[in-house]
Amino acid sequence: MMLNDFHYLAIGLILVLSTASIISALLSRRAATPTPTLTNLTQRINAWWVMVGVLGFAMLFGKAGLTILFVFISFFSLREFVTLTPTRQSDYWVLLGMFALIIPIQYWLVWTEWYGLFTIFIPVYCFLLMPALTALSGDTENFLERVAAQQWAVMIAVYCMSHVPALLTLPVPGYDGRNVLLVAFLMITVQGSDVLQYIFGKLFGKRPVAPRISPSKTWEGLVGGLASATLLGAALFWMTPFNPWQAGLIAFLSCLMGFFGGLVASAIKRDQGVKDWGYLIGGHGGMMDRADSLVFSAPIFFHIVRYFWTS
Amino acid sequence: MSEDTIWMNKLVKRATGSLLAGIAWAVTGVRPIWAGAAPSNRQRIYFANHASHGDFILLASCLPREEREQTRAVAAADYWGKTRLRRLIANDLLSTVLIERKVTENVKHPMQVMLDVLEQGDSLIIFPEGTRNMDESEKLLPFRSGLYNLALARPDIELIPCWIENMSRVLPKGKFLPVPLLCRVIFGPPMALISGEERHAFLARSREALLSLDPRAKSSQ
Repeated sequence: MMLNDFHYLAIGLILVLSTASIISALLSRRAATPTPTLTNLTQRINAWWVMVGVLGFAMLFGKAGLTILFVFISFFSLREFVTLTPTRQSDYWVLLGMFALIIPIQYWLVWTEWYGLFTIFIPVYCFLLMPALTALSGDTENFLERVAAQQWAVMIAVYCMSHVPALLTLPVPGYDGRNVLLVAFLMITVQGSDVLQYIFGKLFGKRPVAPRISPSKTWEGLVGGLASATLLGAALFWMTPFNPWQAGLIAFLSCLMGFFGGLVASAIKRDQGVKDWGYLIGGHGGMMDRADSLVFSAPIFFHIVRYFWTS
Repeated sequence: MSEDTIWMNKLVKRATGSLLAGIAWAVTGVRPIWAGAAPSNRQRIYFANHASHGDFILLASCLPREEREQTRAVAAADYWGKTRLRRLIANDLLSTVLIERKVTENVKHPMQVMLDVLEQGDSLIIFPEGTRNMDESEKLLPFRSGLYNLALARPDIELIPCWIENMSRVLPKGKFLPVPLLCRVIFGPPMALISGEERHAFLARSREALLSLDPRAKSSQ
């Protein structure tokens, strides 16, 4: 059997996760009583197995698989987001519309590759019609605050998120049929950067970047994580249409955006007085706790590839 | 009723219960928080805040299946007995306990209806506010006396306060389709009537016990 890039990738990921599982098992065995950090680490690694498995399975079905998977990811993220925001009973129809219309329409636009409407459906049509509908309800209590929260919710959880499967619709010359690897490249570098920032932060972290928002995000973690994720991206150039330095630069920009995403998400959580968005993914918190970096990086990554690499 | 009908009836109720619990989970990702009470097969009276028709479904879906099948929600006959469809849902699918809110001479007294169910060994879910709370600025209405009367008549049964979070946002009054939002049901420590405790004192204490379970109240203090 000929091994293609997808197989190499799967083997690589299994090796990395197996190493992580072995290390955490050794650490757990050495510790007399498992500390909360160790228990959490084991939980996190187990969740990574599931996430990589689900993503890999979806990728086997190409565009259909990834689009359907991201419909669910958007649904879970939007549900967590809206739960945290202040809503009133008069918002009922807008809220229902976000789940019942905006998610399906946005992903239908991804599926049909209707790029023109895909980019403006939410920021133009929804952003104008949602407040109109809210105004029609006649409830002006905290009007601007409610409308802003609703728009941000669909922006982050649906619009930004939908740019991941939309990568499969980009016509990159000489890269036909391999677009699924672009998704893999983005997710590995950005999620890898999260993990590397966590590791560098745990090992060397001293000075917090924004102490009032998140004490666990440190300069040491940020610099170490970004630098190593950039190298990781450069080393993965073979699965992309980029050369090594381009791959490194794009990985760097994506991971920097990912860091901003995590920072903004932390600020929102801090403001709402919660630690996690939800409890869907054991050890990690909710879907948004895992996807916050992805939603900030996906649109930027998408447009870089679209501007410089598509015909 | 023949043996077969009873058996069929039970099967339909079991299927409906599981289906509704599944739907409740798919829409709200509902998660029970056992903060002082754990699931057990003891007979109990669960009392909860009430703002949505989905409340008792959400609460029941947090219980393990066996316990769920022995737990019946108390609902208003003037609402759930009004149309044929509502009666079908309330009686045949969900086996709720319907009580008349307006006591007249020719209907069975609500207390008697509830005590009869407890006598059969089933647990109850009751909403001591007596009606759905539609005031967004009021977290919990004053309790009606039903809870006190039950506690007085059956001091052997545990009273469990249950705070239902967000359900009024998921399914507001008069709406049919639920908005998917995360919900939790927080089960507090069991409480009982202290001997000699007066009605008002007990109702105030149980109301406070329920209010204290709201996680948002804790974080804002």
